Amino acid sequence: MARPRLDTVEAQLIRRVCSGDREAFEELVRPYERMVYLTAISVVGNPSDAEEVSQEAILKAYSNLRTFRAESKFSTWLVHITYNEARMKLRKARRHLYESLETPMSDSQGDYWPRDFADWRAIPSEVLEENEAARALQAAIQSLRPGYREVVILRDLQNLSTRDTAAALGLPEATVKTRLHRARLLLRDALAPGLDGCWRTGLGYRKVRPW
Amino acid sequence: MTVKNQVRTIEISCVEVWREISNYLEGEISADLLARMQAHFEVCRHCAAVLDGTRNIVQLVGDGKVFPLPDGFSKRLYSKIRQQYP
Repeated sequence: MARPRLDTVEAQLIRRVCSGDREAFEELVRPYERMVYLTAISVVGNPSDAEEVSQEAILKAYSNLRTFRAESKFSTWLVHITYNEARMKLRKARRHLYESLETPMSDSQGDYWPRDFADWRAIPSEVLEENEAARALQAAIQSLRPGYREVVILRDLQNLSTRDTAAALGLPEATVKTRLHRARLLLRDALAPGLDGCWRTGLGYRKVRPW
Repeated sequence: MTVKNQVRTIEISCVEVWREISNYLEGEISADLLARMQAHFEVCRHCAAVLDGTRNIVQLVGDGKVFPLPDGFSKRLYSKIRQQYP
């Protein structure tokens, strides 16, 4: 089967970079800047560290590009490098978190029970225009345990497939699915009250409950 | 569909529904489970609310407005690359 054109363009850019064309590297990574940044922030949790990690990861990709064997997509390879850089930074910067980072997460924590049943059927597409809502969503994502946060950012924010997410994080696909499921439900629990209307109306949490 | 079949279709607990909501949104469940969950959502407003909320989360997280790139991100990145690899 013929490879998609984009891959061919990417392969040509990679060959040019390997021949010493640095400007081709900028062209190669430009479409993935946001992806790298989001991967970094999914691990380190704050914008300034995420930018530093992004720079280090992209520089590392540049110096190691000759080792890229095209067994995975370039984007997956780049995410994997970023993810490793971010975890390394976290280990160096926050030794006290070392144990929790390295302790394997249990993915069988029993069944989920919703915190509430807020009814927010009307999709508030304009809601994120409001700073308060955007901040709440960011805070909710950042409050997730790293294993959940990484998966939800790669899958739902970056739209990576389950397979690519699993490859980038070095996890089985089944684990990616379990963590994504749990992360979505936790985010729903965290955000339902505000998106139910109380951010805009100023009403208290309980007043917007339909029952 | 007979009344007996209808009752059988609805027979799925709320806990089972919550367990499968993400797979339901991804379309990664069997036709049988899909029918049972749809029947459940028709009669259980609590689970319908959890479904709608979870679907909203997926849309809101995915709409790209969360975690914008910091101003000047690209400029600083390429300037660093040029500095290290002149």
